[in-house]
Amino acid sequence: MRERHAYRAARRAREFEAFVAGAAGRLLHAATLLTAEDPDDNPRARRLLTLSLAHTYARWDGLRGEDPYDRTRQELATRFARGAWHQHGGLVRSRPHPASPLAALTPQERLIVVLRLYEGVAEEQAAALLGLSPERVRAICHRATTTLLRRPRGPAPAVRTAKAVPS
Amino acid sequence: MRGSDREATVRRLLEQAQRPLPPEIHPEAVRRGTRMLRRRALARRALWLLLCAAAVAFTVWALTARPWVEPPSHTTPPLTGW
Repeated sequence: MRERHAYRAARRAREFEAFVAGAAGRLLHAATLLTAEDPDDNPRARRLLTLSLAHTYARWDGLRGEDPYDRTRQELATRFARGAWHQHGGLVRSRPHPASPLAALTPQERLIVVLRLYEGVAEEQAAALLGLSPERVRAICHRATTTLLRRPRGPAPAVRTAKAVPS
Repeated sequence: MRGSDREATVRRLLEQAQRPLPPEIHPEAVRRGTRMLRRRALARRALWLLLCAAAVAFTVWALTARPWVEPPSHTTPPLTGW
């Protein structure tokens, strides 16, 4: 019993290490896009990724063929959505860093743009993950791309124009 | 199509050079994940223990109180002396 336990723990550690080496770089980039931090100074994104990876590690034996990358990405997205909700209007509201390409967007727009365009998650899946309708996801994505393309690489505007293209 | 064109532009915007992964992320994730697993195992063990204790307590109570035995009647005196 104990031997089998140790064997499973060793296998989990080995597989998880390979997974992190392969996937965590891309996930960290996605997390940095979500938090809109400077790519070279991203404590929030690192924390987000570490917690999501820890969750995946704890569930590693129960994945049963499910893709660990998918799991971690889901955890990352829901964790970010929850965190953004709690910070909304709070005292510790973080300002987007101008070096981030998504600095001009709201947290929800960032989440949808990253899921749809950077990670290539299908519209329906992203909608189910966030508890929105697919039409709403499409509308938000459209609005976000419009905002992004209007100011391609400029610094984040002080006050974002609330009037976007009607979707 | 214009829509897919815009999406491709935004995709290019998002695909920047990836920074190397900070080395502390993997050990920290393993540490937290292990702690989570240990907590889960402890909680499971505690729940099983509670379940066993409840079962034992119920058995002991049932054997002492014998709730299935008909209680002696207090209203009608038992018929004796026939």
